[in-house]
Amino acid sequence: MIMVNRIFDLYDELEKQRIMLSFKGDLSPDLISAILNLVEQKLVVTEPEHRIRKRVFNVVMECLQNLYHHNRSGTITKPEPTALDERQGVVMIAHDSSGYSVLTGNYMAKAEVSELKERLDQVNGCAPDQLRDLYKSRLGDGTFTRSGGGGLGIIDIARKSGRKLEYGFVPMDNDNTFFSLNVNVTT
Amino acid sequence: MTNILLDGSPKTPTVHFDSETGVLELRGRSIPENSIEFYKPLIDWIDQYARNPKPQTQLRVQLEYFNTSSSKCILDLFKKLENVRSSGNEVQVLWHYETDDEDMLEAGEDYQAIISLPFKMIQVEEVDKK
Repeated sequence: MIMVNRIFDLYDELEKQRIMLSFKGDLSPDLISAILNLVEQKLVVTEPEHRIRKRVFNVVMECLQNLYHHNRSGTITKPEPTALDERQGVVMIAHDSSGYSVLTGNYMAKAEVSELKERLDQVNGCAPDQLRDLYKSRLGDGTFTRSGGGGLGIIDIARKSGRKLEYGFVPMDNDNTFFSLNVNVTT
Repeated sequence: MTNILLDGSPKTPTVHFDSETGVLELRGRSIPENSIEFYKPLIDWIDQYARNPKPQTQLRVQLEYFNTSSSKCILDLFKKLENVRSSGNEVQVLWHYETDDEDMLEAGEDYQAIISLPFKMIQVEEVDKK
């Protein structure tokens, strides 16, 4: 059980990290709509530039839908056995003077890590015009994935960000890895 | 054939496909989690329309946001319209974007590069969300 005096610490930590919105839990389409609605309302207050507002909204939307489509259910065996709720994930949006950070985290199958890492590295190795070409070739190649996007999500996120994607993988046990992604949108 | 008339929602666009006028409109936001489910009837409709199309067809796209899940489906709409055009009819895409939204303009240009339909880029102050 969390001690009542830890509430301030958690609050204080969110404040120090300039978190304007955070959510942890199961994501449903309705919840995604609600979060997006909230983000949109907050951005009207925090961000004068319409173009930046749209970019941040786009990145948040794609990140939430990635969480929704790719999150993993099952059981983590280490450090102690924990059942994973379906589509459990975390999303935070931070805002400071340099811009916005969209931070997401979720469990994924360890077996899928190398493929995802390859795609992230490919995107990070591209200049803006190369990203655009990659997007166009992936869009035109006629393949659909489970989520319908054909692997376009990460490319689109990188295009809207304009910065390198920061990511990390934390191995949990033989089958599961925690994936973290930080997408910056500078103002 | 019956027309398609759908009201927009926070995640799906307003759709008005009219077989009498040959004007097909997509307006608002297209950010559903499952785009294939939403777009399937629209793609099927164009398939049917393609059998007996108007000599002039116009697809008016006026989107504020669309997700990558929708982007493949929107491409499929364009591909179906390529069939209408290749059977000797006139087809035009009007792609609207907001004044400072270069991302949406680029998105239109990306489609234009892939699809063999004439595109017209139209700058608007604010997209019509209704």
